[in-house]
Amino acid sequence: MSTEHDNPYDLLGTDHDEGHRWAFGTGFTDPLEGVDTSVPAGLDAGALARYCLALGDDALIYSHRLQQWVTRMPELEEETAIANIALDLLGQARMLLARAGGILGQTEDQLAFFRAEGDFRNVRLAEYEDRDFAELAGRLLIFSAWRLALFQELSAATDPVLAAIAAKGVNELTYHRDYAAQWVVRLGDGTALSRERMQIALQALWPLVGELFRPDEDALAAVEPGVVDAVLDSVLAAAGLDRPDAAPLAAVGGRAGRDGVHTEAMGYILAELQSVARAYPDATW
Amino acid sequence: MVTAWETAAAVLDPELPMLTIADLGILRDVQEDGGTVTVMITPTYSGCPAMREISADVRRRLERAGFAPVTVRTQLAPAWSSDWITEEGQRKLAAAGIAPPSPAPRRTGPVPVTLGPRPAPSCPRCGSPRTRHTAEFGATACKSLHRCDHCGEPFEAVKPL
Repeated sequence: MSTEHDNPYDLLGTDHDEGHRWAFGTGFTDPLEGVDTSVPAGLDAGALARYCLALGDDALIYSHRLQQWVTRMPELEEETAIANIALDLLGQARMLLARAGGILGQTEDQLAFFRAEGDFRNVRLAEYEDRDFAELAGRLLIFSAWRLALFQELSAATDPVLAAIAAKGVNELTYHRDYAAQWVVRLGDGTALSRERMQIALQALWPLVGELFRPDEDALAAVEPGVVDAVLDSVLAAAGLDRPDAAPLAAVGGRAGRDGVHTEAMGYILAELQSVARAYPDATW
Repeated sequence: MVTAWETAAAVLDPELPMLTIADLGILRDVQEDGGTVTVMITPTYSGCPAMREISADVRRRLERAGFAPVTVRTQLAPAWSSDWITEEGQRKLAAAGIAPPSPAPRRTGPVPVTLGPRPAPSCPRCGSPRTRHTAEFGATACKSLHRCDHCGEPFEAVKPL
């Protein structure tokens, strides 16, 4: 079989010399292959691994949530958009888990598929189950506005690998945030019903915002809430929506998503995400 | 005598097979040291599923051309920009009915939110500037969807990144 492709479909479903298939299945190479992954002197490697794991888990779990919308979107164009956004985040997750795993002596797959719920460090916003399209748009706006601001700061992080992952992510997150913002405006500035449902969605999501700005002693950068607020407020103003006034979702004994304390939704996500890998740990396809 | 660079540069991108990886700007460096070759490639998007195939193709082509051992490395920084698509690459895209990217935004400070439509690319078929966005995300991570108001044809464009 020729591997110099005249057309990309030649590749699909065809075994290659390593016995794996392109675009799906097992046998992925290390996304950081050939990258200098030594930890700079003066950086706490353990803290760096924990932080990359947290940022990677945010992307992995949120990507999974977005993937669950695929085949359920109102229009094909939106389906494609959500699948693309989920793929970008999965790519970010792979590099971040690989960065953490390189320090911890584990592969990205071990970290994604064989950790228990209490070891996942994602914020609880990432695991939230959207109940309608308004919640999807609102949650994507909040998540991408926060992550974009954070990744801009991290582009100058003292770890060059994390800085490079973040700088690349900024470009992708800009598209994600614009997509979400445009839908929030369209719904908020649409009919009375769409405005009402968008407002209800924001009200439901707002308690999850506060956790994004909790102090994190492992963090290599921080975002002031005001930076993200300014973006959200500008979109809400264009949409004619009110900024919700909702108390933050409480931490449990001072612990929240970053500490491995999650909402009930998390168990169901991991059951779906991990069950095949756990049932057939050596499977390849 | 074909150099290692020329050999690696001839590998086609699986998602945009009218372009070589050199046209696309993802081939960053090729170093020859005796028979040993080290190739640096960079992903377009973080989730690009074609990196592994591209890497395998580069290695296979170079080995077939007599270079060994071959190492293919990922280079993450600086992040790929659609501005790195060569003029030749832009011509090939347009000839295949895909609008080449407009210049990527160069920013300092916070990234502004874009609530309105982005600048519309001209139609790669009839050349009309009167086109509209139909979707910001397309069949691959790097493309958006458009329709020409003049000739009525739908077309893809490579997104500025």
